Amino acid sequence: MAGSRRPFTPLRNLNAKIAAVPMILTVLVVFIGCTLWTVVYSFTSSRSLPTLDFVGMDQYVRLFRTSRWTVSLKNLAIFGVLSLSFSLVLGFILAALMDQKIRFENTFRTIFLYPHALSFIVTGLVWQWILTPAYGVQKVVRDLGFETFNFPILTDGRFTIYAIVIAGLWQGTGLVMALMLAGLRNIDDEIWKAARVDGIPAWKTYLFIIIPMMRPVFITTLVIISATIVKVYDLVVALTNGGPGISSEVPAKYVYDLMFSRGNLGQGLAASTIMLTTVLIILVPWALLEFRPRYRKGEASK
Amino acid sequence: MRYRSVLAALATSTFLFATNPATAADLEVTHWWTSGGEAAAAKVLAESYDKLGGDKWVDGAIAGSGSTARPIIVSRILGGNPMGATQLNTGRDAEDLVKAGLMTDLTELATKEGWADFIRPSKLLDACKYEGKIYCVPVNIHSLQWMWINPNAFKDAGAAVPTNWNEFVAAAPKLKEKGVIPLATGDAWQIDGVFRVLLANLGGKELYLKIVDEKSTEAAGSPEMKAVWQAFANARDLADPGYVGRQWNEATSLVLTGKAGGQIMGDWAQGEFGVAGKVAGTDYDCLPGLGVHPALDTGGDAFYFPKNQNPEITKAQLKLASMLVSKETQVAFNLAKGSLPIRGDVDMQAANACMQKGIKILADSNNVLPSYEQAFSSDTQGQIEDLMTEFFADKSMTVEDAQARYVEIIGEAK
Repeated sequence: MAGSRRPFTPLRNLNAKIAAVPMILTVLVVFIGCTLWTVVYSFTSSRSLPTLDFVGMDQYVRLFRTSRWTVSLKNLAIFGVLSLSFSLVLGFILAALMDQKIRFENTFRTIFLYPHALSFIVTGLVWQWILTPAYGVQKVVRDLGFETFNFPILTDGRFTIYAIVIAGLWQGTGLVMALMLAGLRNIDDEIWKAARVDGIPAWKTYLFIIIPMMRPVFITTLVIISATIVKVYDLVVALTNGGPGISSEVPAKYVYDLMFSRGNLGQGLAASTIMLTTVLIILVPWALLEFRPRYRKGEASK
Repeated sequence: MRYRSVLAALATSTFLFATNPATAADLEVTHWWTSGGEAAAAKVLAESYDKLGGDKWVDGAIAGSGSTARPIIVSRILGGNPMGATQLNTGRDAEDLVKAGLMTDLTELATKEGWADFIRPSKLLDACKYEGKIYCVPVNIHSLQWMWINPNAFKDAGAAVPTNWNEFVAAAPKLKEKGVIPLATGDAWQIDGVFRVLLANLGGKELYLKIVDEKSTEAAGSPEMKAVWQAFANARDLADPGYVGRQWNEATSLVLTGKAGGQIMGDWAQGEFGVAGKVAGTDYDCLPGLGVHPALDTGGDAFYFPKNQNPEITKAQLKLASMLVSKETQVAFNLAKGSLPIRGDVDMQAANACMQKGIKILADSNNVLPSYEQAFSSDTQGQIEDLMTEFFADKSMTVEDAQARYVEIIGEAK
């Protein structure tokens, strides 16, 4: 109840409050301040240098008329949906298999987690070598005798974004597996025993008991993967550099190019504002749902 | 006690910073000349600068092409940590920085030495001017409008060696039959370059100027322009699918090994033929202006001098500026770089057959075109480049659609 709240004591825990000041300032100035700056200047005609010459929605009109930007958004959607679902599913399956008390578990875990130790740039280059027709998979299969084998994933604009998904999955699934494995290890053995006593098949136990119990782990994983998806840039630069043509462009690359190499700050900031809005549109309802105080009743009865 | 010693230490350190060596300055020079021939050319400059005595050239080479280096250079100047001098491309690279007053004004030196009298073509110096003042030093001329062909590839395929673009297109099917790539090209800027050359040399000077100088949407939508787009669509069919992500020098090496028939690439490609020990006229041939209209643009490199707090550095900057335009530096530097000098009054006898062709064409000022860099902002250039690569990669995109979007971009260009 409102009346029985703690008395207002600003000097309580003073040390802790002082210690939190730098972080609070950082959040206010760096995150919120810079975000506001970005949004404000996205309505100006700023070129290499920011100027407060407001042009209304012009930058946004141009943005959505630019086919490179619309292609970027579409690519991000494809990349996002595919890599999110596949890395969760594959990561969980790998973790579940790993959890069967297999031999050499450590070795396997290292192998699967190893790609994550590489940067996206290295990942991109390695996969470029693997997928390039001239000396990659296509050449190997042709050398085996299948002369007409074609594997144009990097040279045909319709497929390149999937090459990026594949490379991203190769790099990211190991981390998801490790997180999931940690989640699985936290499940009490008693639950497995109880399920076995009740004669529930293993897959049903996973689907209806274990996964719901691992909800926090899934949420952590989701947040981590989503962040990497939205900011995907280096992987694309290393693997395809947006090509062929503009077929594998992504929003972050558009922002970078416009702001730094093409000297059109206004346009770059408008693009990043759209990225922010998209994230907020998805994130805010979910966060409200996820973090709403659902134990209010229990607290009141205490 | 402790505070006092800390204070003393702080005072000493500021003192040290305040009294930079007062007589000679270290001039940090950033540039992106990192390939073999380019690095040699940069070394020529560094050595001649050090020989002048006193100030020292501190080399700040940035690996990667201009698109990597430019943002680094610009953000350093904007961030208040300017280098002593920097290379950029002649044109509008530094326009905003000049407008913001971040560059040293060279007008006084230029008037004293009479740059306007010997810099040729005069457009080069115009590109350095803003509101009548001079802010950069052009050091060389590069032209994009060249085509390099391997005559032996054509002879082997039983086709006549082309002397112009149309003959090249006509001979292409025979090359294809032999498994030779007719036109070697590569990543985005090279494709954009192909279009620029087609526009300048097939469209002709008049059309080029209307679009580049006047930004005329009427010209951009004209039937003459459509013919250029059609030629670009032909070029799209002449390239191999492996062009994606190929470097320009890899494409050049396809031509010089006979795996490709030709390449549309600026005169810097000549350095690659030179390094491989090939002889102009027998092993390779050059078609300036695609063998149609002998018109070349005059892009190139220029040095800019960001404003500095330290008067010693400003003095060193002026000294470097004066050295860069001097006769001796111009000859030595341009022979190493494979580019043409910015002065009409120096002796370039040592240049090879293809370079001589270029010098001859540029001697007639009617053949001089403004380069894209001088005419379009990097933003507009980027928009055009995106359109070109999209069109080149997507064979289902029609000439009409592409041209309509081109008109739009030209209309918005400032």
